[in-house]
Amino acid sequence: MAFKNMYAALVIAGFVGALLTGCGEQQSTGDPGVTDTEIKIGNTNPYSGPASAYGTIGRAHTAYFDMINEQGGVNGRKINFISLDDGYSPPRTVEQIRKLVEEEQVLFLAGTLGTPTNTAIHKYVNAQQVPHIFVNTGASKWDNPQNFPWTMGFNLSYPNEAKIYAMYLLENKPDAKIAILYQNDDYGKDYVHGLKDGLGDKAESMIVAETSYEVTDPTVDSQIVSLQASGADTFFNVTTPKFAAQAIRKVYDIGWRPLHILNNVSSSVGSVLKPAGLEKSVDIITAVYWKDPTDPQWADSPDMKEYKAWFEKYYSEGNIEDGFNVPGYVIAWGVAELLKECGDDLTRANVMKQMALIKDVEAPLMLPGIKWNTSADDFALIESGQLARFDGEQWVLFGDIIGN
Amino acid sequence: MDGMHVNKTRLIVIGIAVLVAFLLPFVVGSYRVFQFNLVLVYAIVLLGLNMLTGYNGQISLGHGAFYAIGAYVAAIMMDKLGVPYWATVPAAGLVCFVAGFLFGFPALRLHGHYLALATFALGISMPQILKYKGLEHWTGGVQGIVILKPQAPFGLNVSQDQWLYLFSLFVALFMFWLAWNILRGRIGRAMVAIRDHPIAAEAMGINVAAVKTLTFGVSALYAGVGGALGAIVVQFVAPDSFVALVSISFLIGIVIGGLASISGVIYGAIFIQFVPNIADEISKAAPWAVYGLFLLAFVFLAPKGVAGLVQLLWGKAEASWKRTRAQKTTLQS
Amino acid sequence: MEAFLHQVFSGLANGAIYASLALALVMIYQSTHHINFAQGEMAMFSTYLAWAMINAGYPYWIAFGLTVVASFFIGLTIERVIVRRVAGAPILTLVVVFIALLVILNSITGWIFTYTIKVFPSPFPEQPLFGPYISSHEAGVVGVSLVVLLLLFLFFRFTTLGLAMRATAENALSSRLSGIRVGWMLALGWGLAASIGAIAGMMVAPIVYLDPNMMSGILLYGIAAALMGGIDNPFGAVVGGLIVGVLENLMGAYVVGTELKLTVALMLIIGVLIFKPTGLFGRHFVTRV
Repeated sequence: MAFKNMYAALVIAGFVGALLTGCGEQQSTGDPGVTDTEIKIGNTNPYSGPASAYGTIGRAHTAYFDMINEQGGVNGRKINFISLDDGYSPPRTVEQIRKLVEEEQVLFLAGTLGTPTNTAIHKYVNAQQVPHIFVNTGASKWDNPQNFPWTMGFNLSYPNEAKIYAMYLLENKPDAKIAILYQNDDYGKDYVHGLKDGLGDKAESMIVAETSYEVTDPTVDSQIVSLQASGADTFFNVTTPKFAAQAIRKVYDIGWRPLHILNNVSSSVGSVLKPAGLEKSVDIITAVYWKDPTDPQWADSPDMKEYKAWFEKYYSEGNIEDGFNVPGYVIAWGVAELLKECGDDLTRANVMKQMALIKDVEAPLMLPGIKWNTSADDFALIESGQLARFDGEQWVLFGDIIGN
Repeated sequence: MDGMHVNKTRLIVIGIAVLVAFLLPFVVGSYRVFQFNLVLVYAIVLLGLNMLTGYNGQISLGHGAFYAIGAYVAAIMMDKLGVPYWATVPAAGLVCFVAGFLFGFPALRLHGHYLALATFALGISMPQILKYKGLEHWTGGVQGIVILKPQAPFGLNVSQDQWLYLFSLFVALFMFWLAWNILRGRIGRAMVAIRDHPIAAEAMGINVAAVKTLTFGVSALYAGVGGALGAIVVQFVAPDSFVALVSISFLIGIVIGGLASISGVIYGAIFIQFVPNIADEISKAAPWAVYGLFLLAFVFLAPKGVAGLVQLLWGKAEASWKRTRAQKTTLQS
Repeated sequence: MEAFLHQVFSGLANGAIYASLALALVMIYQSTHHINFAQGEMAMFSTYLAWAMINAGYPYWIAFGLTVVASFFIGLTIERVIVRRVAGAPILTLVVVFIALLVILNSITGWIFTYTIKVFPSPFPEQPLFGPYISSHEAGVVGVSLVVLLLLFLFFRFTTLGLAMRATAENALSSRLSGIRVGWMLALGWGLAASIGAIAGMMVAPIVYLDPNMMSGILLYGIAAALMGGIDNPFGAVVGGLIVGVLENLMGAYVVGTELKLTVALMLIIGVLIFKPTGLFGRHFVTRV
């Protein structure tokens, strides 16, 4: 028994605390995070743990700001992008965000990743009135300017994307018998709810089977077999890349040939369809809103060339096939543009004001015709997408741009 | 079992320590207060786990499950039933005591690796159970529950963070006092006897089954109290907050701090709270690799945990101090 | 009925994956009496080695052989350099060392190879040879597991080295007194387990795709399979793996739905263990006072 050592432990705790408080207090004029030479921006991403596949997004942000800083920064100020690891664990996100806001004193938070993680800090950042923008998850709750005026999302929301599929089905295959495979978390359920909303009264009769998987499952083979047995002729595949590849392959291998709708999350040719087998992916339908670097049709577009040049120079340790790098790049571009718009009025209030004034912005790597739009009562940045069908080599766009 | 009695110097030492802990929130910033609050939360959980695993020898790789139950009990009571935060803590402890006690029965039949698997299974299953649609009405399903942070009572002039820290410190002190009383008493001796010589313990008339299930219950109670406090501090519960890794990190906490040591849980809590962040600061590319190296370094340098190392150094310092004093006395005479 | 058969075969295929990892766990248990939580990540790392070699142009079987050999030395080295240092420590300290190895290997692999999934080739033909319910590769995995099982059986049963390793695990002191080099036996056990793990990894990867978290889900099933079959019995590990695979699929498809299938499958396994505490095929021990 070492009861006497308790004192030592507490004293050490005290010292550690005293040491830690010494650092991190930065002088600034006006709002925090801004000096004449620097702008501090905070971010969290899972660099460790089971969700570390997303970590590449945070690294891509950092690599983009490296480029901006090498070019002299924005309006003479360098961007100090502080990205911390939260391991996709909500309590750790709270902790890291508090560090960024209270200790690092960042001007704002951008591109924080994950729905449960962002939910955990939603109230806090709004109470602290810290801009919490380009939130990198497709939940629809980030578009709520009345109650959460400091939060704004980035992606086309999962429910809105699902509604695009619902519209397509109602129009082209009103008697479809739909089977759904979804990840058993908020992301998967958002898609399922979105589809049901979109189908309206017909949801009940059209959806014949729903089954879920856990990220710890080794494969989704068993689920696919169950869904095929349901007699469905349409398959809505709401899975993350690894499971999407497994599902595409299994569907093909067991001889099931449904109308296959794949969520945008896993639409990367290089990191999903190629591993699954390009010939097994033919005729899959998805909704796209940005250009896939591994899709040959975009190889010659100027923004893609610029992207690839940036990748080679600033993020050579990354994997160009990884579709996650695109939002990493685009979000960082958006942040840099936002700072340009803010000019020298670098206050938190102005950041939100400028965020709500985005009008028909054509961001790099966005699909032609997909524009960013916001207003004081519309905090959804991207609200449209276009359907595409895979022809064995690339995504072939069809139909109009759907959404507003 | 040295050091179970309290002498005068130790009382003074503990007094100073408690004083330092009380003053801490008034000298550090609110983010640090929040972090130390989590240290207190983890210390309570680790104390319970150490009773079960360190003192009683029943391994648990699933204490994150009881931590989760405690957190959800608090969150549901606050959010759905409007119960004040302080009342949820004992309730969470009680619920977890019952859950732990019940789990203790099958655990009686399982030993070593088998118990490790059973408890690990419990830890792995917990997020699934929390997401289960039958319970969604209460648990909020995958969305979890957001709760409000309490204000300081009686018009005290302290911030929410400071107040919660002080509240947690109060709870922690009570839980430590309770643990100390349990462990130095008959039950504590029985727990250790069962760990070391189960058959001899039974022969001596100890009701092994009763002590083991009771220990499981008490251990879960500690995890539940910690879970409730953790939920209130973080203001959010969700299935993703209670993945299997949480249980693993509790186990890491008691081993790094020191098995079968009360003070060890404080070192362990500090480790699991701060080292992941240090690892993140050292390397963005592979923070887990750095964390793993820290684990190896601690295990190699302090095989009996930090508490063991501190005790060793303390003993050496004491011995050398006595030696110099003895030399001085000889010189003077 | 067709769907039911399909579920059963799909479960058997998954079960073969669990069985192959369970075999590695049993292997290390036979020689050290420990369950190595890092076994899955070691297997994953080995598989990346094989992937790198195949990508560099080596033929499959050459890469396979080299990986098995390299993994043997990696396992051996880990034992001599890391595990050895905590030899006398309590079991829980060892568990922490295993966890440290797990996170280090996981993180380093992600850093070197990135987290995008990789296609790992199968040595078996693409066309299903055994009817529509099971692919050739899945059938091949079952076959490979059985071959490894047979080799292990022969090794432990009929070679002096195998006997010496078993003796070491059973009673290190007596073994030392009878002239067995105990330290090397433990290292050999680690080496062999790493090799078996590597085979498991290379069999699993074509099914689940290669990524740094490939084994994290499988490890739990592997442990459950090994314990259910009896941790000291390689045959039990294989049967345990197959049972777990089929049980999980049938539970998910027909009984409780996919949301709770893991939970219920685990509860059933624990239920079995409560009534048969040493597993289905484990030996019973009588404790000496």
